[in-house]
Amino acid sequence: MKLSKEEVEHVAKLARLAVSEDEKEAFSRQLSEILTYVGKLNELDTSKVEPTSHVLDLSNVFRDDVVRESLPPVEALANAPDHDNNHFRVPKIIEERQ
Amino acid sequence: MPPVETKQDIQYEAVIGLEVHAQLKTASKIFCGCSTKFGAASNSQTCPICLGMPGVLPVLNRRVLEMAVKTGLALHCKISPYSRFARKNYFYPDLPKGYQISQYELPLCEHGYLEVALPAGQAGESGRIKRIGIRRAHMEEDAGKNLHEGLEAASHVDLNRAGVPLLEIVSEPDIRSVDEAVAYLKALRAVLVYLDVCDGNMEEGSLRCEPNLSLRPVGQKEFGTRVELKNINSFRFVQKAMEYELRRQEKLLREGGRVVQETRLWNTEKEITVVMRGKEEAHDYRYFPEPDLVPLMIPADLINEIRKTLPELPDAKRERFAREYGIPVYDAEVLTTSRDLAHYFEACVAMYPQPKTISNWIMTELLRELNNRGQEIADCPIPPERFAGLLKLIEDGTISGKIAKAVFEEMYRTGRPAGEIVKEKGLVQISDAGAIETLVDDVLGAHPNERESYRQGKTQLLGFFVGQVMKRSQGKANPGKVNELLKKKLGEEKK
Repeated sequence: MKLSKEEVEHVAKLARLAVSEDEKEAFSRQLSEILTYVGKLNELDTSKVEPTSHVLDLSNVFRDDVVRESLPPVEALANAPDHDNNHFRVPKIIEERQ
Repeated sequence: MPPVETKQDIQYEAVIGLEVHAQLKTASKIFCGCSTKFGAASNSQTCPICLGMPGVLPVLNRRVLEMAVKTGLALHCKISPYSRFARKNYFYPDLPKGYQISQYELPLCEHGYLEVALPAGQAGESGRIKRIGIRRAHMEEDAGKNLHEGLEAASHVDLNRAGVPLLEIVSEPDIRSVDEAVAYLKALRAVLVYLDVCDGNMEEGSLRCEPNLSLRPVGQKEFGTRVELKNINSFRFVQKAMEYELRRQEKLLREGGRVVQETRLWNTEKEITVVMRGKEEAHDYRYFPEPDLVPLMIPADLINEIRKTLPELPDAKRERFAREYGIPVYDAEVLTTSRDLAHYFEACVAMYPQPKTISNWIMTELLRELNNRGQEIADCPIPPERFAGLLKLIEDGTISGKIAKAVFEEMYRTGRPAGEIVKEKGLVQISDAGAIETLVDDVLGAHPNERESYRQGKTQLLGFFVGQVMKRSQGKANPGKVNELLKKKLGEEKK
């Protein structure tokens, strides 16, 4: 299975990763190899097997609607690269096209 | 040569579908125990789960499932016996995990409908009922809130809202006009509020609406290219935004242009829609089953259990009001938009069994006072027995209908009973034959010229005489009796 350079660029963009030209070539080759390896699974006939979305044989696990104490804002913000006045501070979001 | 049809001649028809996000009225978030309370200090209602810290385990709030099933049943949906959550992957500053936990290929509720009463007036038809399909309704978590105001180079993010439970309700593209869309939204809001699963407050964001709209020439089967609208935060703006967008598309099509499939944002200040940035990249959500949450198996007895808790819903109530009280469907629709208003109406009818009179008074006088003050029926200072008391005063002839409107306003302002106001202000209607005769004679004496004209056949002057008598009595004379006596006296002169 071949993964093109364009597909690598697309996936990198979705993951917000900056990838150099050399890396694009390398990842395209490496990812193609991985896909080919995993593609071996396609040789199995799974038409009579239920798809697995979960490995545990469990369903209907709930919690009651009870409020528990939250973190103090100082702790909630402690790992943030930047914060300001109890808010996470992020680069300006511009939603409208100028 | 056959006549060429120009774009100017084409009649367009709107095709609208609505995606509504309703915040479910739970105490805690969907997957963690943080409070959902509105208006708390920024980032004071978060924990490692809703902040998206590694290694945490979300667990579904049981109330969310119950409310979602309840809503699904009220919207006549099929409740899936097997359902699960999925991850919707995208990057945005208000989404701490880099994915939203939602439902995708196995939603909880599917294939329902909502019946909406439309007002009379379109092409002379009377009020009618339209059935609008519900494609699906599924549970998901909300994202955080971005704040840009007053900030130059940065945006602020408050994650109190991240993880608040939502029910996303998606309609079929069955809606054909902005009026229908507004009616659908109002009816849906009424159902949610009746069920007590959502407070329906658009301004606080507990009910949000994202319409998708397209136009097609009347008679064409295929849909046109659709545009999705976001960022609308009140009922008033939903209507304005849809009207603007349809006008924009129609102009574009008439000028020979094409509508581009895109997401547009409603700009409240400029009252226009503008293209949203970055949607092209965001479109690839790569959904996959959420491995942190186990699947849902919903047993039939749980569904039946929840079905039993359903209250009488707006459409059933509307039907019953029209049937039981003999009022028009549209009146019934207005009266049942809120459970409290419907209850008020029924309490009034129990004390004064004239449903149509009560409906008229509620729909005009009472709703006007409420709207003017931005109040709900729960804030109304006139209890049903006093409302009925006022109507009884009209019926037994103590006051005229016109005076009653003034008394009603006074009752609303002061909360006092009608009888007291009427007595204190001397508003009792003059029905005494002798007193009316005096008034009539005074007026006839004061207008010999008009009397002469009347005698010569200008009988439309009767209205003038009635008006003069009413004026002289400060509106208190019984108009029926005045009319009768004037006709008699003027008729005698004529002979």
